[in-house]
Amino acid sequence: MKEYITEISRYVIVVLMIIYVLCSFLCLLDKLEKKRILYALQNLIMFVIQLLMFVDLALVSKDWEYVFLYGFVQVFLLAAAVIVPAIYDQCNRLLLNNMCMMLGVGICIISRISFDRAIRQYIIVLASLAVSLLIPWILSKIRFWRKLTWLYGSVGIVLLGTVLVLGEVTYGSKISFTISFAFGNVTFQPSEFVKIAFIFFLAAALWERVDFWRVALTAVIAGIHVVILVLSKDLGSALIFFVGYVFMVFAATRNYLYLLAGAVGGSGAAWVAYQLFAHVRTRVLAWRTPWEYIDSKGYAITQSLFAIGSGSWFGMGLLKGNPVAIPLVEQDFIFSSVCEELGVIFGICLMLLMLVCFLNMMKMALQIKDRFYQLIVYGIGIMYIFQIFLTIGGGMKFIPLTGVTLPFISYGGSSAMVTMIMFFLIQGIYIRLQQEKEKYHVSKTGNRAGETDTGKSSMVGTTGGAATTGQYRGTGASEEGKCKEEIQSSKQA
Amino acid sequence: MTGGFFSVLFLVMIGYLAYFTATSEQEMINNSYNSRQEILLSRNYRGTILDRNGEVLAETVVDDEQNETRVYPFANLFSHVVGYSTKGRMGVEALANYYLINTNTSLSNKAANDMAGVKNPGDTVYTTLDVQLQQVADSQLDIYKGAIVVTEVSTGKLLAMVSHPNFDPNKIEDIWDSLIEDENSTVLLNRASQGLYPPGSTFKIVTALEYIRENPDTYQGYSFQCVGYYKSGSNRISCYHGTNHGTVDFERSFAKSCNSSFANIGMGLDRGKFADTLKGLLFDEPLPLTLTYNRSSTAVSEEMPDADMMQTSIGQGKTQITPIHLNMITSAIANGGILMKPYVIDHVENDAGNVVKSFQPDSYGRLLSAEESTILKELMTAVVESGTATNLSGREYSAAGKTGSAEYNDNGDSHAWFTGFAPVDNPEICVTIIVEGAGSGGDYAVPIARRIFDAYFNQKK
Repeated sequence: MKEYITEISRYVIVVLMIIYVLCSFLCLLDKLEKKRILYALQNLIMFVIQLLMFVDLALVSKDWEYVFLYGFVQVFLLAAAVIVPAIYDQCNRLLLNNMCMMLGVGICIISRISFDRAIRQYIIVLASLAVSLLIPWILSKIRFWRKLTWLYGSVGIVLLGTVLVLGEVTYGSKISFTISFAFGNVTFQPSEFVKIAFIFFLAAALWERVDFWRVALTAVIAGIHVVILVLSKDLGSALIFFVGYVFMVFAATRNYLYLLAGAVGGSGAAWVAYQLFAHVRTRVLAWRTPWEYIDSKGYAITQSLFAIGSGSWFGMGLLKGNPVAIPLVEQDFIFSSVCEELGVIFGICLMLLMLVCFLNMMKMALQIKDRFYQLIVYGIGIMYIFQIFLTIGGGMKFIPLTGVTLPFISYGGSSAMVTMIMFFLIQGIYIRLQQEKEKYHVSKTGNRAGETDTGKSSMVGTTGGAATTGQYRGTGASEEGKCKEEIQSSKQA
Repeated sequence: MTGGFFSVLFLVMIGYLAYFTATSEQEMINNSYNSRQEILLSRNYRGTILDRNGEVLAETVVDDEQNETRVYPFANLFSHVVGYSTKGRMGVEALANYYLINTNTSLSNKAANDMAGVKNPGDTVYTTLDVQLQQVADSQLDIYKGAIVVTEVSTGKLLAMVSHPNFDPNKIEDIWDSLIEDENSTVLLNRASQGLYPPGSTFKIVTALEYIRENPDTYQGYSFQCVGYYKSGSNRISCYHGTNHGTVDFERSFAKSCNSSFANIGMGLDRGKFADTLKGLLFDEPLPLTLTYNRSSTAVSEEMPDADMMQTSIGQGKTQITPIHLNMITSAIANGGILMKPYVIDHVENDAGNVVKSFQPDSYGRLLSAEESTILKELMTAVVESGTATNLSGREYSAAGKTGSAEYNDNGDSHAWFTGFAPVDNPEICVTIIVEGAGSGGDYAVPIARRIFDAYFNQKK
């Protein structure tokens, strides 16, 4: 019986994932009606995939722990996929669904590598959700974000500088420091958090003025970020910051010359780094000729290729491969272990899913009129997709390894929390956008100021009576949204 | 714009991943650094290797206590080509490792095996090898060191591959240490694909090809007065045992394997063009071969001194070739100029006998033109009819080939070579033989070829 279930579910999971990704692409289309059905189908598929994966894990390992983990993870996914739209009915369901899907797959895969780490990851993800849930609300309350330009810049430099001076060395790079709390040690990776400050800095600096001197000034600040990261030997983050900067300047100026300058400058800097630093040369060598150094510098990448190659299209099945043979698998090479046990087709689906998230963000950015928020959404999108490109491309020997995490899939608290904050920042901005649209709509169809006190804030409305809100989600909640926007607009006026 | 850029980037990356997956799965699993081999072997019994008629060449026997033993029923007979699987891997055991350690048994069998607590049967590998031809080749080589390669001309199927001295793979665990310790031991070397020998007169096939290429209209008018040796400056080449061949034309020079005439021909060749021809025949180039092999080498170049050129044109000097490479050249001539890639795994079946994977003959490409192959065939026929391989004439089948007596020391000792095919009109098999230190090819290698051809054509009746 066990063999039947695990063998068949290998294929079922892949097929379901393909359907899920197709749904995602369909949802990107503007003209499509009845997206609600697709969203519901996505949720259904996610829960079925979760069930199949955990059944596999439990059957193969014969370990009851997985049943408990399954329960916890489903509670979380239910909370994220159902409660979030109940609170913020105008949130972007596609982005939310995809986030849940990725987090679910991530915890499954991590639990297969190290059960303890999966538990830790679960707790962090749960805490991140609690924090992130406040973000759209905070975004709607506080309006001076765009005025803190130099605060963002200095916070970023100070944090990164602190790591450079005081940070712990892990695998040759200084990227983290540990703070002791009453309940135990927590290791932070500040470069993750600085990403947000960096994006806010650039958005705040460039939303109004994009003359040459302004761009040059941001270049200096961004350059300091990048140089500190390079000195910390955190090449992956340095690249992400650099590319994020170049594209954000391009988006702010719409001047292709900056893109060109970025490409030229980046190549030049890469060449200089190659000449200057031995560890950069090592990475390039391990990328070009890993098989010659299979025992030494090429070990990690060749083991990663073994995992992908052995998994092939449909994977070896959960717990049936040997992903722990890859060093740092739960962080830098998580994608290889996904390919190994769930199959390359599943891995490709995951890549496409991430691409959908990115395209979704780009689409939103195009719709946003407010340059500041537009730049934030754009910047988050760029850093998100480029990080994925670095880690997946590195793991399959498409590009040299840089050692960054795969957002929402890899083990790592800072990464998971920051990515979730980014996603919810986008949700918050998206909700504002929807409200503006509706305000426009409302002002055209007639004023409904009479309903103002049904919901001063949708947060209050839901925490008070989730069930009621749930029932009225279709109509009532959206009314709340419109009214809220009107309150705000009247305040502004 | 940005969306499009990253979409394209991702699509390229997905394409790369898909290409990698489609082409590298076996290579990845077969790499000895990949720990997943052990995982598969802990779930599946290693599969069986069969010859082309279904005779067992290697199988895993499981006793009541679930101890697994790899058994090779023919012991030494297939030691190199089937190889072994416990002390590293060699031969088909290495090539087909992926199929042998994977299973395509039915899901219901997997479930039943899981319940019974036994492993799944690995897939069965059918080779192109033929036990009977292998036995004839092996017994003919007898106590001599050397190698024999037999291939099917139209497909490239490897029918037999013998290398002496050999070993018993059933005892590999016991003999391993002594074989490894003895630095002079070449027992583990597959001479057929790894042994590098001076080609001797078999190389005249190549020299003749170059001469025809450079003199397409006049080669038939070639004539040479052999006095038993050829001199150019202070360099001198003698015919085998100083034989005086008298006046010889091109065909006669080839059939009688006249060294003096070929040294004369060689001196007239354009060395740059010759180097190109050698490259085209895969000297100093990788061979389209999955078995472990060594690259053949030559030193021909524009700057090659006369003395070396004279030696090279009769297959002595710095040229070295493996028997399988010579077999590939011969077989390309027999096949109208087109080289079929040699292969040894025919197809793979699961335990129910359903074909999981089937390998088709695959052409490498053209090594020489159809006309060139026709001319060389005629020359090689003359060798059998009136030259150094007359031992092969007058059979029920017609044969063609070239002998060689490759000198390997200053005492005039030589390796006996023969490479040829039969029947001439519609070649079916190609045989290449080297008998180390035996003497002349005509005396020692040709009779072996005859027995192998006999066995092959008798089998067909």
